[in-house]
This record gives sequence, C-alpha cells and structure tokens, in this order.
Amino acid sequence: MSNLVDIRDLNIRFTGDRTVHAVNDISLSLGEGEVLGLLGESGSGKSVTLRALMRLLPKKRTQISGTVKVLGRDVLAMNDEELSAFRGQTVSMIFQEPALALDPVYTIGRQIAETVIRHEGKSEKEGLARALEMLEVVRIPSAKRRLEAYPHEMSGGMRQRAMIALALACKPKILLADEPTTALDATVQIQILLLLRELQREFGMSVIFVTHDIGVAIEICDRVAVMYAGQIVEQGPLRDIVRTPVHPYAKGLLAATVHGAKRGQRLETIPGTPPSLDKAPVSCSFAPRCMVAQPRCSERLPPNVQVSPDRTARCVLAEAAEVSAET
Amino acid sequence: MIETSTSVELLEQVEDIGGAAQPLLQVTGLTKHFPVRGDLFSPRKTVRAVDDVSFSIAKGETVGIVGESGCGKSTTARLLMHLMKRDAGDIVYDGMQVGRALSLRELRRGMQMVFQDSYASLNPRLTIEESIAFGPKVHGMADAAARTLARELLGKVGLRPETFANRYPHEISGGQRQRVNIARALALSPRLVILDEAVSALDKSVEAQVLNLLADLKREFGLTYLFISHDLNVVRYISDRVLVMYLGEVVELGPVDKVWDAPAHPYTRALLAAMPSSDPDNRTETPPISGDPPNPIDPPSGCRFHTRCPFAEPLCANATPKLSDVDTMGHQAACYMAIPGSGHSRASAKENAKKSDMGVTAA
Repeated sequence: MSNLVDIRDLNIRFTGDRTVHAVNDISLSLGEGEVLGLLGESGSGKSVTLRALMRLLPKKRTQISGTVKVLGRDVLAMNDEELSAFRGQTVSMIFQEPALALDPVYTIGRQIAETVIRHEGKSEKEGLARALEMLEVVRIPSAKRRLEAYPHEMSGGMRQRAMIALALACKPKILLADEPTTALDATVQIQILLLLRELQREFGMSVIFVTHDIGVAIEICDRVAVMYAGQIVEQGPLRDIVRTPVHPYAKGLLAATVHGAKRGQRLETIPGTPPSLDKAPVSCSFAPRCMVAQPRCSERLPPNVQVSPDRTARCVLAEAAEVSAET
Repeated sequence: MIETSTSVELLEQVEDIGGAAQPLLQVTGLTKHFPVRGDLFSPRKTVRAVDDVSFSIAKGETVGIVGESGCGKSTTARLLMHLMKRDAGDIVYDGMQVGRALSLRELRRGMQMVFQDSYASLNPRLTIEESIAFGPKVHGMADAAARTLARELLGKVGLRPETFANRYPHEISGGQRQRVNIARALALSPRLVILDEAVSALDKSVEAQVLNLLADLKREFGLTYLFISHDLNVVRYISDRVLVMYLGEVVELGPVDKVWDAPAHPYTRALLAAMPSSDPDNRTETPPISGDPPNPIDPPSGCRFHTRCPFAEPLCANATPKLSDVDTMGHQAACYMAIPGSGHSRASAKENAKKSDMGVTAA
C-alpha cells in the first residue's frame, strides 16, 4: 500500500511573546483509502499537525522542521502558487465551526461553484451544476433551493453538510477533518459521522480525522494516533488501541470516559494537568502524571517502541512487548 | 448539617423546614416565551423556550436534565435562579413560595449555580480568593472571616490555597477555574447547586476529576444537585432521576436507569441511539432520526416531536400528549404511544416499540 501522506520528524514551534513547542518529532503516514484518527485533549497538537499538512499556520510566527510529503511532493517546499493548486484539489479541510468557515456574503451554490471554476477551469454553469450535484451527495433536502441560501439561513447540521459539499467539490484525494462534529447536537452528530463514512467509501478518499472524543473515533477511524503534549504516544489499529492500550496515557484516557461507569463508583482519573509546552521535551512528558513512572522516565526521552508490525508506543513499558522486526 | 472545622466560620445554611419528605424544590407550570420581531409586515413570533415545565427535586437527590441545544434546559436553570423573569409558573423552595415566604436574597443563598464558561463567570479583576469571598461578604460576613472561608473552600475543591488564592482567573487552567466556580458556589452554604453544563467544556481526563469532586462535595456538604448536560453518559453517571427535554417541554422523566433501559418516548430512544458506539466491531449503521431539531420559534403543533418521529400519526399533530405514568416508579412520558387507549395504533400494547423498531424516517 502506497502512502498518500508521509510525515517524518515533524517539529512545530510557535515563537513570539512566548515559545510554544506545539508538535515534537511526529512521524505519521496515511495509506490509500484509510481513515486515520488523531486523538487527544486540547493543546495536544492534533489540530496544529493537521494545519501544517495544508500549510495553514501563520508564516511569521511558526518554525517548522522535518518533512511533510503528500503524494510524494514536499509540502513545506511549495510556493504560493503550488499551494493554492494543492489546497482544495489534492487536500481539503473541514472545520469545527461551519458558520466561521463559510463566507457569509455569498450563497452556498456560489461558493461551491467558485472552487470548481478556479481549480478545474470549468464555466460558471458547469460550476453551479456541480454545486447542485454536491448538495445532493451530502443529502441536503431540496438542494436546488438551498443553492440560493446564505450560510446564516441554514441550521448547524445543514451548514456542516454544505461545508462537506464544498470540501469535496473538487474530489480531493485527502480530506482533513478538524473536529467536524464537536459543535453539533447528538442526533445530528451521528448523521454527519455516518455521512462522512459513506462518502469516504464512495469517493475512495483518505481521511485524517481530529477528535477528542473516543466514541467518535470508534465510529469512523481505521487507525488512531493518540497525542499528548505535542507527541504521538501510541499509534496503531483502532481496535487494538481501544481494547489493549499500551501507553499509560492512552490507558488513562480510555478509562476516564464516563461511558458505562456505574453510579456511585469513582471514576478513574489521570491526576494533574498536561505540561506547559514552553520547552522541548527532554524526558517523557507524561512521567509527572504517570502512576507507573520509573526513574529513567524523567531522565531521557522514552524510545518509540515497535509493539507489533503496525503498532508503536512511546513508553519504556512497551519494551517488553517489542518485536524485533524493524519497520 | 455541615461540619465546621474549628477556625472557619461558615454561613449558616438556609434552614431545613419541611424535613426529608418535603421536596427541596417544586416547580409547576414554569413557562418562558421570548418575543422575536418578525419582518416588517409579518406578525410577531415567539420562541417558546420553556413551556409548562413541572418537576420536583427531593432533598439529597441529583436530578439531571438532558436535551439538545434549544430545548430550554439552560433557560430552565436561569428561571430557577431568578436570573430572568418567568411568564408563568410557581417555584417553591422547601415549602416556601419564592417572593413571599422566602426572599430572593435568601433563595440565592439556598441555591447556587455553576456555569459552563468557567472564564466568563469569574470577574477577571478579582483574585480567586476575592471572588470566592465576595458572596459571603455581601451576606454580612467580615472580610477576614470570608477570606479564611475562601481558602478553606479552595482546599476542599483540591486547589492548594497557598498557590492559588492570589492568582487571577486567566492564570489558571479551565479545569482549575471550574473548581474555583464550584468553591464560589459553595461559599454561601447552599443546599441546592445547579450545574449548567459545568463539565462540558473540560477535557475528558479533567472532566472525570471534577465529577469525582462533585460526588465528594455532595456527601460532605449534604448537597442536592440539578445537573444539566447534553452528555448522556455523564448524566447517567451522576443522576438519580432525569428529565428529557425537547423544544421547551419535558417529554420524559423518571429514575435514570428506567429511562435508559426502557425509554418510553421515541425522542429519548433516538437520543440514546445517537450516542457513538464504544465497540469498534459494533458501529452505528443507521442514524436513529434524520434532520435537525426544528427552530424553537413557533414550534410544531401538538407533540413537538411529531415532525421527526418515525411513529407519528395524525393525532400527534392535533394535541399535545400529557406527561403520563409509564409505571409506578415515577417514570413518565409525554407520548400517545405510552398512554393506553389514546387512539394511537401502538398505544394499547404494553411493551410497544422495541429498540429494534427504531428505523429511519422517510428521508
């Protein structure tokens, strides 16, 4: 299986009044037709990683090192012209707040048509025809009438559908989803998740899906990378990580979900709070909160252990389970 | 009663008058409509935010309210706190009619609230200690005593007073701020605490910490909680009884296990089925209902859920079903299917509509 996305040793640092080491030494890959979840709490670097893939981070205040390759091309080396062709056509993104991501002064139909005209050189008529087709694909009722609607005239769920239609209008190979269902009501969230799952199959897209909600990840992802303090602490097939997490943080995060906990019984918690990211990590970032930390955890960075051929964990505890086969 | 450690003075709790049998809070016919201006020539419209809501909260109980955005759960909380005027309805606190036997000032001592936005609910110009001490001072406590109390409460919510007392809200994390808000609510020795999405903005691992804290405080201070949330897992975990709201009305209420295991209202069933799966091998295959919740401006006639309900029949659109007993354990639902002899074709059957019947509505 060839990799559509290959990220190697990615480091992202924000400079300014204070320095934030948002992403530290991340390596990730995304296969053809695969849905990869980035799972983590706020500040873990999951959205920053996603934005780096599309070079959406503010140029002046961001230092990026490492390589980000999409379809074999180096994204970090692209010039502005290459970037604007790349965005929308090869990779496109959907956001948490469709009300902020859509342009309030253009109709939905106009916005979708514009991307098609721009990227594929189609005429306005063809663009609008594609817009109508896309609104039907995302199952917006009375699509024809909705072409003329402005974003504020639609409900939250409809707006999210419209944003998905916009993102998929040029049939991108890769869809980046940044918590697209977090702001939605429960009964609407599940509809959008199922729609995305279906479209992913239909279009044969690869998806990177950022979420903080394990339930959402379970519904949509094939593989997950659990992030903590700007690092990937565990990565592997969704099923394995949900059933038998190796890294203590992944374990804690799964145990801390209220799902199925009995009333009156105490919830398992991870004590303490995540570290501030003003220094690059020199030891295990999770060690201060870890119940099973050893002295060496706070001395140097834990190794990235290959637990099984398709699974890694950044923890000394994983060494016991290590397989000798490299890569 | 509260145990007072030797040096710390607490405000006296509002006296328990009715004893254990008297509900701490009894709400009947609570209603709030907001007028919204229509277009120039169209008639005025109203948002029926809360419509004829009645329930009671027993002493020492935790009652949960669940529902989607716009269902009126937060408006209900604000009406109870008297943060806005109600259009109709009675609020009786421990047998005392608010405004007559009980002054608003006394009510606010007996009932406190924690909001979702931990930052917006703290004064950015006051230190944490000052924020917590503010309420007791308003109620006549001396400055030094109020500050001692504030520090004591900080300890109770798991924040070291030496470290946190003199900090400002922007200097601490979201989870810590929510602990401060809880401490501030407790400073007036309330008996009822309303938690309006109090853990919704927190990360999962922090949410679990705060839920454990709430359980500890409830035991220590003998509190009663009204817990409002859109997260069904959290509500099930913390509540004894639960109210399910839809577009300003209570559609189902009862002991949380009864409602979860045998939901009687199709909306409750849809809400429960919409929870993401926790088993990778058993993902959700079909959405339980389609469409978005309707706009609460001029909601549908009759049963407000009939526009999305897979079992809707003509009678559902004509008149609103009353909240009726499903069993003798206090489980009630406002659905014609749960009312024997209502005329709905599924009504008379005792165990109507199992979970597997929950199909998709015609898209």
